[in-house]
Amino acid sequence: MNSLLDLKLVFVTGKGGVGKTTVASALALLASTHGKRVLICEVDAKGDVAGFYEAPPTGFKEKELLPGLFSMTMDTEASLREYLKLQLRIPVVGRIGPLAKAFDFVATAAPGVREILTVGKLCYEVREHHYDLVVVDAPASGHIVGQLAAPQAINDLVKVGLIRSQTDWMLDILSDPLATGLVAVCTPEEMPVNETIELAARVREETTVQLSAVVVNRVLPELFGRQEEEVFATLGRPPALELLDELVGGEAGTVLEAARLAVTMRRTRAAHLDHLRRNIDGGVPMMYLPYLFTRSHGLRTTRQVAASLGEELGY
Amino acid sequence: MTPPGGGSMDGLLATKEIVVACGPGGVGKTTTAAAAAVMAAVRHGSKVLVLTVDPARRLADALGLDGIGNTEHRVPDAAFRRAGLKPRGQLWAAMLDTKESWDALIRRHAPDQQTRNEILANPLYQNISGRFVQSHDYIAMERLYEIHSEGDYDLIVVDTPPTRNALDFLGAPGRMADFFSSRLLRWLIVPYRSRVVNLATKPFYQVADRILGTEFLADISEFFILFQSMYDGFVERSESVGRLMADRRTTFVVVSTLEAVPLREAEFFAEQLTSRRLHLGAIVLNKVLPDYLRDPDGAAVAESMKERAGELAPRLAPCLARVDPAIADTDQVARVLAEVADSYLNFQVVALREMEERAMLSVVPDVLATVPFFDTDIYDLAGLVRLGEQIWE
Repeated sequence: MNSLLDLKLVFVTGKGGVGKTTVASALALLASTHGKRVLICEVDAKGDVAGFYEAPPTGFKEKELLPGLFSMTMDTEASLREYLKLQLRIPVVGRIGPLAKAFDFVATAAPGVREILTVGKLCYEVREHHYDLVVVDAPASGHIVGQLAAPQAINDLVKVGLIRSQTDWMLDILSDPLATGLVAVCTPEEMPVNETIELAARVREETTVQLSAVVVNRVLPELFGRQEEEVFATLGRPPALELLDELVGGEAGTVLEAARLAVTMRRTRAAHLDHLRRNIDGGVPMMYLPYLFTRSHGLRTTRQVAASLGEELGY
Repeated sequence: MTPPGGGSMDGLLATKEIVVACGPGGVGKTTTAAAAAVMAAVRHGSKVLVLTVDPARRLADALGLDGIGNTEHRVPDAAFRRAGLKPRGQLWAAMLDTKESWDALIRRHAPDQQTRNEILANPLYQNISGRFVQSHDYIAMERLYEIHSEGDYDLIVVDTPPTRNALDFLGAPGRMADFFSSRLLRWLIVPYRSRVVNLATKPFYQVADRILGTEFLADISEFFILFQSMYDGFVERSESVGRLMADRRTTFVVVSTLEAVPLREAEFFAEQLTSRRLHLGAIVLNKVLPDYLRDPDGAAVAESMKERAGELAPRLAPCLARVDPAIADTDQVARVLAEVADSYLNFQVVALREMEERAMLSVVPDVLATVPFFDTDIYDLAGLVRLGEQIWE
């Protein structure tokens, strides 16, 4: 499963609230601690990736946050400017006053333009070998397919022009399973699982990108085995419960109640997990990250998640 | 308990005509909206519609939405009876189909049959209506406006689409109006009509042409020329939608959990509502861990159980064996004691953090509802009522 870190471009997606950015940040951190030069790019424009490394927000210009770990935030207008400057040497760029507005308008009117500039910038970083690995904190699963399919869609919609001429090499990078992969993050809950299954199908049908892994986040620990469960059940009833109260000098019922909740939660989630496993192609690796009982989030949490990811990947 | 602002969820649902549930993804927004609608139908005797965007399959089943789509559909009384409920009012439900709603909008605003057909068949239109992300935001508000102005319901509870930025849909009517009244739109259309390009607009065409190619630009222009015929109706409509959102009859319910990231987003959202002079009716905090996890006595007991597991196990084992002779392994009993205690202490960390987050909430609404974690998923009317009752408390 090491291959995930050997890719050049990894898109990390998932339903809102499942920990997509956490996993993307941890994956980038893990790769950088293994000596890779990594760029993490935030496409979702919430501006919180840097927060996972306890650094101030980054802009379009990349910034090294930790050794070998660079961060940037996607800005399609800046991407267009960079592109025009690099490729066309259009001097007119500087002189166009309302370029921003014009661009905004064109991008709104012509679907796919924004997406292609995002994917284009990412593919460009890969093609130019600026980094060993580019990790993308991609849009949520509802929007990622549109983004990944943009080069193809542009091919269909736009017959000529600058954008059209650029889609071929992007498609080459995106379609190469040794270069590009998609990681779907979910939690063992009903909606995230369903969305992941739908996503896997859509990615297969509508894009040329390979689903490289499904990461199941916030997996609750298993408290007991079958035999121990019986001990637990007996412990929770009189006369054992009364004896336990007496021995610990307090009400053990509360503590047992919490364990009961934990067991039920895990059981409900296990059913969703089964459903996920049954409906995701057996060839796609599944990784499991534990629920973190921590006080807060920040670099420490990102490190913890990176360590768990490392274990799953066999590091 | 009377909340700080004196409001109550009951009062909110009894007096408002539109309740918009919003907030970050993955916090139970859809379920909360459905629960509020069910409660209003059961308790108030109102005719209630829940307009939902992306319900879980089983929730859709519970509301009888499977395969129903865009049309409003009454949840049969039999479904309530099966859940042991006798509603005083009626519950209706509809799912939002973006594409269908857009088509309906075009049909309404198109000046004639030919324009209508040309727009519906235009590839750019199909792209915008089906894929254009922001169009979901707009159409949800637009559909809400349409249903509200028809006046069939006492209360409409609407669930908002999961947007990247929780604010997107608030700005959607305004953005849509801006978009169609834009000067750039006129620039784009003019040359293909009159072929007159003035100096001011020339650089714009140069760039647009090089990026998109002349042919595509022509496609865009054609599309907008068609669209322009609907311009007045469209802009007027967008403005009406915006006004309805700000109306006193409309209230917003922000849904979140007490996890740091979604809560920050919800807070930001609540602040934005206030600064836009929209009515923040309530904040609903979902999936909150139970109170007993924060009990200091519980922690003391758990710590004692954890530390003394090895010593307690042999003393408990005979008692356990009397009830269930299969329990013979003292080490196993010790392991269970330690696991149970550990689990309590783990969850306590999270439960305490949650309360800290709640105490630090920067926006205090009239109604602040805390809903406990349900150990099973909610997927039927009885479950929605169970959730609703918690929101009401």
